[in-house]
Amino acid sequence: MSAVVEMSVMEQVIHHLPALIIVLPLMIAPLCVIFRNRIVAWSLTAVTSGICAVIAACLLILVKNGAPIHYALGGWSSPSGIEYYIDISNALILLLVSSISTVVSVYSLHSVDQEIPREKHYLFYTAWLLCLTGALGIAITCDAFNVFVFLEISSLSTYLLIALGNERPHSFMASFRYLIMGSVGASFILLGIGFLYAATGTLNMQDLSERIPLVAESRTVIVAFAFITVGLLIKIAMFPVHNWLPNAYQYAPSAVSSFLAGTATKVSIYVLMRFMFDVFGTNYSFSQMLLSNVLMPLAVIGFILMSVVAIFQTDLRRLLAYSSIAQIGYIIAGVSMATQAGLSAAMIHIVNHGLIKSALFMATGCMLYRLGSVHIQSLRQLISSMPITVSAFAFGGISLIGLPLTAGFISKWNLITAALEKDWWWLAALILVSSILAVVYIGKVIQMTCFSPITTENNQSSGQVISEAPTLMWVSTWILLLASLYLGINSEDFVALTQQGANQVLGGFK
Amino acid sequence: MTTLLALFNYWIVIILMMTGLYIMITRHNLIKKLIGLSIFQTAIFYFYISLGKVTGGSAPIIDPDVTTYSNPLPHVLILTAIVVGVATTAVGLALIVRIYDNTGSIEEDDIREHELSLIKDSEQRINKSSMNKTDQG
Amino acid sequence: MMQKHQQRHEVLQVISKLLIPFILLFALYVQFHGDFGPGGGFQAGVIFASAFILHGLIFGVTKTRKVLPAQALKTGMALGVLLYAGTGVASLFLGGNFLDYSVLAHDPLHGQHWGIFTIELGVGLTVTCVMIIMFYSFSLRVR
Repeated sequence: MSAVVEMSVMEQVIHHLPALIIVLPLMIAPLCVIFRNRIVAWSLTAVTSGICAVIAACLLILVKNGAPIHYALGGWSSPSGIEYYIDISNALILLLVSSISTVVSVYSLHSVDQEIPREKHYLFYTAWLLCLTGALGIAITCDAFNVFVFLEISSLSTYLLIALGNERPHSFMASFRYLIMGSVGASFILLGIGFLYAATGTLNMQDLSERIPLVAESRTVIVAFAFITVGLLIKIAMFPVHNWLPNAYQYAPSAVSSFLAGTATKVSIYVLMRFMFDVFGTNYSFSQMLLSNVLMPLAVIGFILMSVVAIFQTDLRRLLAYSSIAQIGYIIAGVSMATQAGLSAAMIHIVNHGLIKSALFMATGCMLYRLGSVHIQSLRQLISSMPITVSAFAFGGISLIGLPLTAGFISKWNLITAALEKDWWWLAALILVSSILAVVYIGKVIQMTCFSPITTENNQSSGQVISEAPTLMWVSTWILLLASLYLGINSEDFVALTQQGANQVLGGFK
Repeated sequence: MTTLLALFNYWIVIILMMTGLYIMITRHNLIKKLIGLSIFQTAIFYFYISLGKVTGGSAPIIDPDVTTYSNPLPHVLILTAIVVGVATTAVGLALIVRIYDNTGSIEEDDIREHELSLIKDSEQRINKSSMNKTDQG
Repeated sequence: MMQKHQQRHEVLQVISKLLIPFILLFALYVQFHGDFGPGGGFQAGVIFASAFILHGLIFGVTKTRKVLPAQALKTGMALGVLLYAGTGVASLFLGGNFLDYSVLAHDPLHGQHWGIFTIELGVGLTVTCVMIIMFYSFSLRVR
């Protein structure tokens, strides 16, 4: 502790960054309740998320150039106290979550105003900040029980955010179904952590990773492994337990679905990686428990089947939700290869898909803002009235398909390379098949918005002139798209970074 | 037999947990589902609490006469989990109240019917309007 | 309706009038004894709230709302969280890690004492307010 006192102010700030990124949104959330003003709450949310993004960027630079950071909460050192641990992989997740939160919260001003009664806005942003706190906390903590606590903070606020959607009673039912599924998932995780504690007597992840090999043969650890895996898969919305996700994304307020699409499931995938590779150990998870044999088939069925299901959807948000489940399949396929290349491909896709899918949902939100419905039939010839939004959607869609020069191409390229490295040519082939399916469902939307026969006169004759979405909305949508474009064109540094991150995850805690 | 009885806490946990899970899966009444969830969570709380008991240990309050204490950590952990459980139940009940206001039922089948009819209505409306547009064109 | 209601429960009203101060007192005991023995903010908050919930059940929620308006409770709820996080931040400024109470006073033992005390106060405040708000929002529903 005395060492801390002797540092200069700048060093002190840097030392406390891991705590600040969690505490800041946690402290601003109650302030929103106290001020009780929608504009204040909105600006506080956007500014706080922005500061969190800056902190996350600083942390990423720190861990990229140096060793992973350990931060002991309350000054209690690692096995007895709660510890925050930051390496490249979770610094990336922190940056992704906080920057998506920044952009989407800026975007949300108009859409929230339309979808939610004004007197509830300050509560909406409070829940938003708590959700952000939870998501960041899940990524940063190195304590198994703390993961559960942050998971529930973010889940509970997510239930509220979804229920605020204006399509009643669908939003309520979507939220309730998610509540039941999500709580079962979280309870499974809690139970698994309990079994781990029973077997090892510790909750610190680093400590767990040292003690689990000593008791690896015991049935307790096997049961813990099973419960944690299944619980996390529910939270991830992996293929057979994905049912809560389409409803939740379709009926949530459009800002919320944009935020969740980029963050909620991604954070859970990170936790899965952390538990499988670091806490239980790569050898235990993939050689003894043969996790690949479970995850890989589910991932493959997931991304093929869900892409097919997406083709038949008539609501744009639902289509995107099913596509999200399919994309989660890619990420899990990368994780289940258990190689450096596979893991790095998974991380690349987590970031790229987070950006792209958030942008797509934001573009959809713009359409919803003007049209009041994003049923595929109501999008006819939208390009003539909302060119910027439709081109944003088309651009995001192309990136989702994975054409060259886009971010989606980089992630698929890395995934296929990783599969071929393992001699899994069939997986590479199936990924290509699924990309073709993505062409179909994105193509369906583009065809409807750009090339469907209906003249603008008819639009006017039906009594409504549709104009472009508010500037704030399309600008923030394009910011995310340009970010993903940057990652697509200038991908070398990013890929190198994820490879370094994958090495750290495979190497365990340092 | 004695080992089975000695592990009675686990039996209680398993029975409660399966009861909760069964209720959640089979009941179509939303409130019953939520009760099932609560029972399920309670089973996990029991599991943690019984985990902390040390044979012959007393309550973990420092006292010169006592040498063995029970482990307080699981209790502290589960205090947090109980609070989370209460919050979940409250949110769930609030949702059910709103669902009842909107649909007039808390039976999942009725609600689903209601939802489907709403979706059908809106689809018909949209198809109709787009049909009209194309006809005019 | 209200009149009838009150007449019917006269015994309960008198008894609960006697009970409520003791419930509050017990809640405060649990709250402030928390750093020596069993107790703490969670339990104390629930007990404290239960006194008001009892008041609401016996005398009607409208009367309880005059004593504790929902807006005041929302503010209290937020203040509790702020108190909690603020203690952590205070320890940051005084040179410790987040929530490191040892730096809050001249020696670590007192610091820990003060830290736990304020943290539990924050927890107690939030839990009380949240429990009462939950009671309000369910009990005020009119069919």
